[in-house]
Amino acid sequence: MGDAKTQPKKTMHITVDHNLDEVVKKKVAVSAEISGKNEKGKIDFHELKSGGFIKQRQKDKFTVRLRCPSGRMEVSKLKQVAESAEKFGGKYVHFTVRQSLEIPYVDYHNFAPLIEELKTVGQDVASCGPRVRVPNACGGCEYNPNGLVDAAKISDAVNVKFFGMRTAHKFKSSFSACPIDCMRTTEADLGMMGAVFPKWDEDKCTGCTICASACTEDAIKAHPETGKPIFTPDNCVYCADCIRACPTFSWTADKTGHNMRVGGRHGRHPLGSTMVARFLTDEEALTAIEATIKWYQKAGEGKGRIRIGEILRQEGQMGSLMEALKTAVGPEKLVKNPEPPTETYVSR
Amino acid sequence: MMVGQTPATIADKFIDISNEVCPMSFVLTKLAIEELADGQVLELVCGAGDPVRNISIQLKDEGHTIINVKREGEKHFRLQIRKNN
Repeated sequence: MGDAKTQPKKTMHITVDHNLDEVVKKKVAVSAEISGKNEKGKIDFHELKSGGFIKQRQKDKFTVRLRCPSGRMEVSKLKQVAESAEKFGGKYVHFTVRQSLEIPYVDYHNFAPLIEELKTVGQDVASCGPRVRVPNACGGCEYNPNGLVDAAKISDAVNVKFFGMRTAHKFKSSFSACPIDCMRTTEADLGMMGAVFPKWDEDKCTGCTICASACTEDAIKAHPETGKPIFTPDNCVYCADCIRACPTFSWTADKTGHNMRVGGRHGRHPLGSTMVARFLTDEEALTAIEATIKWYQKAGEGKGRIRIGEILRQEGQMGSLMEALKTAVGPEKLVKNPEPPTETYVSR
Repeated sequence: MMVGQTPATIADKFIDISNEVCPMSFVLTKLAIEELADGQVLELVCGAGDPVRNISIQLKDEGHTIINVKREGEKHFRLQIRKNN
């Protein structure tokens, strides 16, 4: 394990297309055993990192990060990954905090055969670097009863349409199907969260007070005499628990969609993202994501490695993004004059 | 007084899950419902707050009908549920 010498290939060419043309190239001289001969070769470590190959502390060893959009991997792919990891990797695989599966301890001589094996089941290698990263999603409405929207559907579409697009710095997106927000959209460069705004039909209501018990946000209180709900919309976090719990179907969905946040990040200087739009349809969500990425590409030009949240904290930039979103999806669902992202803490 | 869509009815089975927590509260409710025929009524007592919230949501998700609800003081709810297959 870990040192499998399985017919090293002649070339080190790695066919992973993640807009590598724009990456600053840096060739590093290495000693590589190619086709059984000891030869001096050159490997572009920057290119490797862009392609999801991450240098380890250990000599000649790399961690190979696999592309797992929405945190899912078909069982057929998983079987091949397990087989290849056993052959080329170490004793374990690692699940990254962003739902990717990594194979550590891969000798760089084995990149080509490893990629070849993974390709037989359609498993791609992920990316790193300044670009749109693999989107994350929760289980969503497909099997999680709390899910209000199909988060994985949007996430998969982002993976197909926008993955790998070059940006000033990394651009991480995550998608939660409900306000429990398992995917931590407040920490993402772009996050979307399923949301439902409820409406109440008095005729169907029996005043049973279950909705007031179901609401954990103080948005619904039961009238002390009739038991009927007193709704405070400002407290509502759009979870739809009232709708789901109501025995008489007097609470129903008024508006359903994706609430969109922009500008979050974690790391050494975390930022809390800011809400920019509410109740976007699937189609509007993708239009708004595209508009945001394009805005970030333009706004980040010439600014070096800067996250979208940091740009938004600069004078006038929040308004500029909102203008771009207004052009893309219209003004109705946009938050009016949102505040820029805010610092959550600094690690010092 | 029961507050519901239909007048208070005599239940076919009764359980008290007021001292249970999730997932046992739901499992016990499911097992009780399994013993009933379609259209029969289960009456249960559960805690206010999270328990009644979760039980109501789960029963609705499973397609059953909560036909009567009675709040018993600050701490408990009494529900009558009609089994729907």
